[in-house]
Amino acid sequence: MSLAFIHISILCFLLVTVLAIVRMRDLLAVVMLLSIYSLLSACFFVVMDAVDVAFTEAAVGIGISTLLLLSTLALTKRFERPHRTEPVLALFLVLTTGALLVYGTLQMPPFGSASAPAHQHVAAYYIEQSFLDTGIANMVTSVLASYRGYDTLGELMVIFTAGIGVLALLELKTDTKVSRKTEIPAPMAAHHILRIVSKMLIPFILMFALYVQFHGDFGPGGGFQAGVIFSSAIVLYTMVFGLDAALKVISFAWLRFFAALGGLVFGATGVLALVSGKNFLDYHALAEDPIRAQHLGVLLVEVGVGITVAAVIILVFMSFTRQMAENGKA
Amino acid sequence: MNILESFNYWIVMALMMCGLYIMIAQGNLIKKIVGLTIFQTSVFIFYISMAKVTGATAPIIKEGLELYSNPLPHVLILTAIVVGISTTALALALVIRIRQAYGTIEEDEIRAKDRLE
Amino acid sequence: MNSQLPILLVIVPLLAAPLCLFIKKPTLVWLFASIVSVLALLFSLIILSQVWETGELVYSLGGWQAPIGIEYRIDLLNAYLSVIVAALACICLLAAYKSIGEEIKKGKQTLFYVTFLLCLAGMLGVVVTGDVFNLFVFMEIAALSSYVLIAMGKNRKALIASLTYLLVGTLGATFILIGIGLVYMLTGSLNMQDLSVLLLSAPQSNTLFTAFTFFFVGTCLKLALFPLHWWLPNAYTYAPSIVSVFLAATATKIAIYILLRVIFSLFGSEFSYHTLPLQNILMTLGLAGILVCSVIAIFQQDLKQIFAYSSVAQVAYMMLALGMNNISGLMATLLHLFNHALMKGALFLALACIMYRLKSVQLSDIAGLGWQMPWTMAAIVIAGFSLIGLPLTVGFISKWYMLLASFENAWQPIALVILFGSLLAAVYIWRIVEKAYFSPLTTNNQHIKEAPLALLVPTWLLVLANLYFGIDTRFSLSISLHTAQMLLGVAP
Repeated sequence: MSLAFIHISILCFLLVTVLAIVRMRDLLAVVMLLSIYSLLSACFFVVMDAVDVAFTEAAVGIGISTLLLLSTLALTKRFERPHRTEPVLALFLVLTTGALLVYGTLQMPPFGSASAPAHQHVAAYYIEQSFLDTGIANMVTSVLASYRGYDTLGELMVIFTAGIGVLALLELKTDTKVSRKTEIPAPMAAHHILRIVSKMLIPFILMFALYVQFHGDFGPGGGFQAGVIFSSAIVLYTMVFGLDAALKVISFAWLRFFAALGGLVFGATGVLALVSGKNFLDYHALAEDPIRAQHLGVLLVEVGVGITVAAVIILVFMSFTRQMAENGKA
Repeated sequence: MNILESFNYWIVMALMMCGLYIMIAQGNLIKKIVGLTIFQTSVFIFYISMAKVTGATAPIIKEGLELYSNPLPHVLILTAIVVGISTTALALALVIRIRQAYGTIEEDEIRAKDRLE
Repeated sequence: MNSQLPILLVIVPLLAAPLCLFIKKPTLVWLFASIVSVLALLFSLIILSQVWETGELVYSLGGWQAPIGIEYRIDLLNAYLSVIVAALACICLLAAYKSIGEEIKKGKQTLFYVTFLLCLAGMLGVVVTGDVFNLFVFMEIAALSSYVLIAMGKNRKALIASLTYLLVGTLGATFILIGIGLVYMLTGSLNMQDLSVLLLSAPQSNTLFTAFTFFFVGTCLKLALFPLHWWLPNAYTYAPSIVSVFLAATATKIAIYILLRVIFSLFGSEFSYHTLPLQNILMTLGLAGILVCSVIAIFQQDLKQIFAYSSVAQVAYMMLALGMNNISGLMATLLHLFNHALMKGALFLALACIMYRLKSVQLSDIAGLGWQMPWTMAAIVIAGFSLIGLPLTVGFISKWYMLLASFENAWQPIALVILFGSLLAAVYIWRIVEKAYFSPLTTNNQHIKEAPLALLVPTWLLVLANLYFGIDTRFSLSISLHTAQMLLGVAP
């Protein structure tokens, strides 16, 4: 009962947050409210037993999304201009869609019911058989990396496309170093506590990322979460010590290389199976013992995912920051 | 408890409507992207609510536990979250370029400038 | 090797894209991308002939059988579309060397080819998969790469056009995602074959209706059915020329394919045509789209805008034919998928030639060009004839079947509207012809030479295809007939 109370109140807070976002004109406040929205969503996902999803939503929604929105705000302007016209058409469309959804929910299978059709059939197979097929305790990982591994390759290519797209769209001189004139002092240089604590924490963040990467078989975790956490360490370094220092650690050229490498590692695992005469991404081609083979396959593809995700996120963030440097803002 | 049965879905619908409204009615490009994000995340809440089984636990196999929540929607939403952030990153890069090209990110001002050309 | 073709079709372009980043010179990247697209075309042709001979091809990814894993299930419709997409990609890449060399900065050209290959892989992935969520993921790969490709146009309007397309496209994709969720909630499966069986026995509930509506609206946003089309004209106009060619020929076709799958394979035509008044909706919006967009096209000054609005009108034709709910109508839709790709491909490629020499595609700027660039303008004339639907061209075949379909249902007024639409198309084609051949040559145009062979050859390949397939109709007709029969569940 108390759990029901928690999840209902989280949902109410979500609604209140979104209503506030609709009305707000200060975009900085909107971005902050959006990150609170992501935090509440992550909490909601935990209550709904979706721990992997909560982990990813926390890393991506609260971390990356907020970061990119704030960077964009720094390059544009903070306040929204008030709208004078009455949005009648918009209200009409929205209410029609809402009515359609309400109509649809009237006969949906009840929430939480174990006998709902969604839980029979394929899902029941995963719950009963996945440990026997793959030896992996985390069912989400076994479905993500093995049964539906091809979707994960597609998703990896989506984020790769975004990285390439950002590179293609932003007009940056990524080959040359930022010259002395446009060099911006590290924005957080004056915050001594931040500098000292960051220096201590960054190695641990990186190690935690590696832990999450390889722990995905046994608990929540996996390539995406690990990639995002890894990139957050580099992002923290960039924010505290400046873009120049960060580029000395890893340059744009290396970031492009790693972005491509992860996808190719994933693809290579699949092609290895092809070469051995089995179907694409059939891990049974990798080793004699099927359980070992599954573990190995999942490991390889998750590593590929982690590499590309980390590289793309760092790439996107650095591109945005470089844009700020070239615009002359700090 | 009838309210509880559909409460999740009612909230999902309300969130979707708000997100859709922001996307269509508000003119600031960044606000539109925020609306898109809200719309997409409400769909995630919908899927995850669908996956929950009352009295079950997270889909990680442990000794002694019998009832697990459905792992498949979790996998789908993991993918959808990544697709969402990719779209957001691209949209924001476009907004930055638009700001450079037009000097503004309000939709009606941009349209006015285009009409002048 | 042969049995691995279904996956190679998608994997080769998909993995070739990041590989491009390791090649230094843009020229070599172009060469690599062209070879990859030729390979994709070869694979798709072999698959088509295999499916024609032996029937459906099934391929289980990861070695897991569907519905536990993802499977590729290739029937005639999938194979047919994959050939269209791959062929257009080949031709576009052939022309891209000169055209993109001119329109995009040297530093970004490699990224262009990477994104183009990703777009190709995404579209091929949509067309061959048998799993709805896999469809969504690859649809997003194709969509995101299209947004990037469009935004690489020189004019700043390309940026806002791309962002508008992004917002509308993601909205459509999210609607489709909602539809997938609702359908999963009812059946517990994501496999299309499985769903077609399970959905038949699902209780006829509100949820089924809502799921279908979300799928329908989502795909209509993506295929630019009037009045959800407003993102398309600017996106096609301001994109780089080669991108306009590729997207005009393939992007909306992919969305139409998804709609066909949803209507016929997932929900079944019985359910689909009766749950929503689908016939009425498609026919009304189709008719409106044909008339309104053809009229708007007549008043445009920018050649690309004319053909962009024309594309919306052609999609409206396809939806009108789909709404007729009979074999001829469905055949007309399927034929037009192929024919429109040929027509618009040729037209936009000819525009790419003009853009290359003139640096502009405004109607006022092409005065007298018919004599300076004879081959290019002749291409526009012939492809224009195809668009109008004159005999000996592919356009005639599509229009013929649409007329047949309306007579089958005894709806003569619809036939009149179809013919009137052709008349409207004749008007905007005539405007172009009149300017190019019968207007005095401007001083600016006096020194314009014909477009280079590298651009003319692909253009004329498509123009000749327009004529060839208009005369020897065996290929398109037989495939359309069998596919239509298969989709409607009628015995051949």
